[in-house]
Amino acid sequence: MKVTIRNPVRREIALDGSLKVHQLLAHLNLNPESHIVIRDEELLTSQDIIGNDDAVQIVSAISGG
Amino acid sequence: MRCKKCHKKASVELRRHNTSFCPIHYIEFVSNQVSRNIKKHNMFTSANRVLLAVSGGKDSLALWDILTKQGYNVTGLHLKLGIGNYSLKAAEKTRAFAETHELQLIEYDLESEMGLGVSRLSKSIKRAPCSGCGLNKRYFFNKLALQFQFDVLITGHNLDDEAATLFGNVLHWQEQALSRQSPILESTHPNLVKKCKPLYTLTEREIASYCLLLKIAYQEEECPNAAGAHSLLYKDLLNRLEVQSPGSKQQFLQGFLSKIRPSFRSQETVTLNECDSCGMPTTGQVCSFCRMWERARKLTDPKLVNGTSNL
Ligand code: SF4
Ligand SMILES: [Zn+2]
Ligand SMILES: [Zn+2]
Repeated sequence: MKVTIRNPVRREIALDGSLKVHQLLAHLNLNPESHIVIRDEELLTSQDIIGNDDAVQIVSAISGG
Repeated sequence: MRCKKCHKKASVELRRHNTSFCPIHYIEFVSNQVSRNIKKHNMFTSANRVLLAVSGGKDSLALWDILTKQGYNVTGLHLKLGIGNYSLKAAEKTRAFAETHELQLIEYDLESEMGLGVSRLSKSIKRAPCSGCGLNKRYFFNKLALQFQFDVLITGHNLDDEAATLFGNVLHWQEQALSRQSPILESTHPNLVKKCKPLYTLTEREIASYCLLLKIAYQEEECPNAAGAHSLLYKDLLNRLEVQSPGSKQQFLQGFLSKIRPSFRSQETVTLNECDSCGMPTTGQVCSFCRMWERARKLTDPKLVNGTSNL
């Protein structure tokens, strides 16, 4: 799967196989309380499965200052 | 995962409420939270003129969207802070939202009004950018709300902001700050406008989800000065706690507001004077805003810094 982390710094990662959303976030060490996973403009929940051929984006919801 | 209301596929899961919603019912949930907060604390009514501080980030744009759809009369106020590219993009996002939705927007440019923006000001007075920035924001939000005769000033502070601020205030036992931490601050002086935070029960993830579902184009980029801010560390700590124990942030803040703050408030005995220099309320002789700019004038080429704000 292709993963694009949108912010704070944009980066792209390729992973093999399929994963549930919560597994993907755990794998990337991202807190599910502060990150949102999107596929084809659709917001996903923790149990949704991301397939090997899917492309997802991850948005961090945290702002500071 | 299914929507609690219609059983269609859920898009947003709310572990702290043990529920999940489809896009339509999620948007309804957010809107209901905001109207409940407004009514519960008598924040304002549709008869009031409301000024919303708009940064161009997710919180202020979401709040503008929600309140406009609910029929409130809300004008935006965007303070151009003068933090390089970040500020230019923030102004673009704010303006674009106002134009698309045909909303009234007041823009105030710190650099052209005062001579220095946040970046140059902080260098000149050798203070962390956020402290000068915060002081300017508080001062101008209040001053402009009064000048344009708004009934209430509202901001997009969310549950994470409030819980992180509370955590910092408790960690350092800031009694004054604790006594003032509230989703609503009534005016206690003719030169102080009433202030409210209608989003204080919604988390950052919940508000970002609202914007993403409605394709509200907000500024995702962070202010360069936010890196290393204590508030980010506190938010991270609280979010780690939240994952293990959903509802922690809400309990922490709500418990303080309902059980602890009332006793702090009863001890509140600050008398407010008028600043010798600008007339705004202060606990001292000269307010901290005027003292900061006076320092900037001494430490910078005086031709650069304006004498007073041109209001
Ligand atoms: S991070 Fe600091 S300098 Fe940047 S906008 Fe927020 S308060 Fe101002
Ligand atoms: Zn539904
Ligand atoms: Zn003053």
